[in-house]
Amino acid sequence: MNALEDSLLELIRRTSAEIPDDVHQALLASLAREQQGTIAASAMQIIQRNVALAKNKSQPICQDTGSILFYVDCPRGLDQLDFARAARAAVKRATQKGYLRQNSVDPITGKNDGTNVGPGSPALHFDQHAAPETRVRLILKGGGCENVGAQYALPHEKLKANRDLDGCRRVILDAVLQAQGKGCGPGVLGVCIGGDRATGYEFSKRQLLRKLGEANPNPALDKLERDVVETANKLGIGPMGFGGRTTLLGARIGVLNRLPASYFVSISYMCWAFRRQGVTLDPNGGIAGWLY
Amino acid sequence: MTTLTTPISESVVRALKVGEEVLITGTVFTGRDAVHKYLYDGGALPAGVSFQNGILYHCGPVIIKDEAGNWKCVAAGPTTSIREEPYQGRVIRDFGLRGVIGKGGMGEKTVAACREHGCVYLHAVGGAAQVLAACVQRVPNVYFMEEFGAPEAIWEFQVASFPAVVTIDAHGHSLHQEVLAASQAALAKYL
Ligand code: SF4
Repeated sequence: MNALEDSLLELIRRTSAEIPDDVHQALLASLAREQQGTIAASAMQIIQRNVALAKNKSQPICQDTGSILFYVDCPRGLDQLDFARAARAAVKRATQKGYLRQNSVDPITGKNDGTNVGPGSPALHFDQHAAPETRVRLILKGGGCENVGAQYALPHEKLKANRDLDGCRRVILDAVLQAQGKGCGPGVLGVCIGGDRATGYEFSKRQLLRKLGEANPNPALDKLERDVVETANKLGIGPMGFGGRTTLLGARIGVLNRLPASYFVSISYMCWAFRRQGVTLDPNGGIAGWLY
Repeated sequence: MTTLTTPISESVVRALKVGEEVLITGTVFTGRDAVHKYLYDGGALPAGVSFQNGILYHCGPVIIKDEAGNWKCVAAGPTTSIREEPYQGRVIRDFGLRGVIGKGGMGEKTVAACREHGCVYLHAVGGAAQVLAACVQRVPNVYFMEEFGAPEAIWEFQVASFPAVVTIDAHGHSLHQEVLAASQAALAKYL
């Protein structure tokens, strides 16, 4: 047990129990938008109460505490093996303390050893950066919303989607339509245009690290993000698919180069229980500041 | 807001309409994948459990024992119901269910069984684990804990004012089908 492990444990606790501020603002705005007295408004009220209750009790917002995705920006010289050991130990302790559900299953034997540590869990993404401090961001992504993610190969004849931004828009909106309320909407889309099948999905999840409400630096993508959210919210799918005015809380779209032969659009759906937090660490591994 | 108190009569269920909000009070049993498969394959309910005129909840709760040794529910949101679609109709028929709580909706077989046997599908707010756990006042019993493990066991909940929305009624209507059709038509206009 060292300072780094304790910091990661606290990061997990807070991520599991508290919605980040940008998402909370988006939830409040959508509650205000729903018509009073509708089942959509009731659902949003229950969601608000749940967010408050989880924070006060320091209990998981949702019992599906999801896939554990760490994104670590390392300064030169950070020992990644040490970091990975601390992260796995913190996940085990977080599971014992009930911040995380026993949620990791061997697909062949069906065995859940109750630790949340195993092949692929937690998922650790390391990137080196030029800054002197270590930055750790964490996303907990539930299974219900992960199941409604989708990947399209363009051109897509049935959806009349060509290899251009209009084609991207068509398949993204199709994914929203297919998801209906099944991913515990209102949700947030992380989208990657380009890449290959693996990098596309990975980069689509990474988009969820970007705060809601912050403009996309690429004007064409910024326009597409706004358009997708606005259009989705006119479809009447609504919270939980009950009908209503908020189907999406946001969309975050990024781009990777593609091969001439392929054109993928990969979409990760995040439920309203959008658990994301991050910290910067001091040189001893203590928490120097919170990121969201 | 309609209050549903278990046991529920067929006439009460038949009066419910898609889109209606309800508050459930009384006994609710949990059951998910393992329980559905077992009952579908002809398994019997354990002594002490009856679904007759009752409610089944698609839920794998998080339950702890408090200092006094009583079960306490700390998280109890619904799980995705569509996985039980192959089994649900028969379970409704054979065990006399009047309500099934879950999330995400169910398919045509369940819609048909609800109409035929007088049952409704009640959609709880997915992810609202804390609010819904707070509606579970007592957890008197658990069944099939050894056989299926904690998340898959049949937990007996005493609930009060547990909120849900009727999204499949006993007249063949499904809010899920309606919203899908309407949103499909709307999207066609914006492409
Ligand atoms: S989709 Fe999200 S809110 Fe819904 S059950 Fe899964 S983790 Fe919870």
